[in-house]
Amino acid sequence: MSTFSESLLVAVGLIVHLDPHLTGIVLLSLRVSLTATLVAALIGLPLGAWIAVSRFPGRDALIAVLNAMMGLPPVVVGLVIYLLLSRAGPLGSWGLLFTPTAMVIAQTVLIAPILAALSRQVIADAWTEYREQLTSLGATPFGGALTLLWDTRYSLATVLLAGFGRAIAEVGAVIIVGGNIDGVTRVMTTTIALETSKGDLPLALGLGTTLIALTLILNLAAQATKSWARARFG
Amino acid sequence: MADARRRGLPIIARNVRVARGDATLLDDVDVTIPADERTFILGPNGSGKSTLLRVLHGLQRPTAGEVLWGGAATHPSGQAMVFQRPVMLRRSARGNIRYVLRSSGVARAERNSRIGELLGLVGLEHIAHRPARRLSGGEQQRLALARALARDPIVLFLDEPTASLDPAATKAIEDLVHTISERGIKVVMSTHDIAEARRLAGEIIMLHHGRIVETGAAMSFFDAPKTDEAKKFLAGELLI
Repeated sequence: MSTFSESLLVAVGLIVHLDPHLTGIVLLSLRVSLTATLVAALIGLPLGAWIAVSRFPGRDALIAVLNAMMGLPPVVVGLVIYLLLSRAGPLGSWGLLFTPTAMVIAQTVLIAPILAALSRQVIADAWTEYREQLTSLGATPFGGALTLLWDTRYSLATVLLAGFGRAIAEVGAVIIVGGNIDGVTRVMTTTIALETSKGDLPLALGLGTTLIALTLILNLAAQATKSWARARFG
Repeated sequence: MADARRRGLPIIARNVRVARGDATLLDDVDVTIPADERTFILGPNGSGKSTLLRVLHGLQRPTAGEVLWGGAATHPSGQAMVFQRPVMLRRSARGNIRYVLRSSGVARAERNSRIGELLGLVGLEHIAHRPARRLSGGEQQRLALARALARDPIVLFLDEPTASLDPAATKAIEDLVHTISERGIKVVMSTHDIAEARRLAGEIIMLHHGRIVETGAAMSFFDAPKTDEAKKFLAGELLI
């Protein structure tokens, strides 16, 4: 009982005083997951838009695969990337294993399918509404896809947020490819896992609190942007 | 010049049938849309007016039969359509027109003057920067008209553009239809409103249950309808 409240008290102290150890970990987490979200967006959004507006054989199967890949287990993704990047692996010469870059790669692989599958859904729904209008205005499917990416931008912001949320909260992939090296590849989730097993509950709780607060703030901001946009643009 | 303007005309539909599932939306439609006159497709709700317009505009492929545009089976580019409920892009009124100008390949330098000209034509300059989706129904319909004209069409299809508008907004659209056809653009418009067809039509195609009931010059159609359906419809009876 008292362990929890005491730890929480110390944890709040760490956050309030911007403890350098804690902030370093938080900043690395943000850097890795934001970069992964950006790279995954550059791959996932155009892919989702393309699948939404085009018709080709095997499309249904591709959608099913994509939807299934939304549930990829992070540890399996971590393991595969680990094997690819390890010294004996095909990409071993890049020397990326146990670096933040490896963590970005793992999280990108993890969330690109999520962004593609969710944005496909958003854009497919919009396409039913826009298809005849855009075709009548002379848009090609490619041009139509670009138009819809822009016209659904506020819904897609929520999609990006879902991807980022998944990235920043996962532990399985980054702990395998990053190695949880102090000051180099230690992020919020891996630190929580480690410190909990070591018994350093204040740091673990402090990071846990930060993680939840961060997610909450981001979602509130996204919600506010969306309702502002709805009022402004309809 | 006159010949160039008439590319894709007349539009000829031959034995066109459109079916969706078990429902037959159009059947046995044989019609020629000539290059001159304002053509009105008249009929009660659900008679197949929208489907016919979409077939003529090349948006809907007929289940059977064929459509020829100026003798060719390929859909020409010089067409535009204003839908009954136009979909506005999530940008400003200007942005909606700019989008069409850009995708029609109008040079960047010309776009601003064209936008000003089109917004002026439909009387929306004062709300050029408002988000299109926040405009009223009548304003959206006028913007849709300007946006369709941005394609510089030879033929303009209008699908019941005044169906859900109040009298003032309807008048604005009808005046624009006049202006547009005086500029030499071929207008093909659908309506279930007999009075509107009387005010604007040069030539009538009357549809009922997906079939053509009667076609002809508006004057003779209204003065001396030949079929029972047309007589009933013009007398204000309910066509079932």
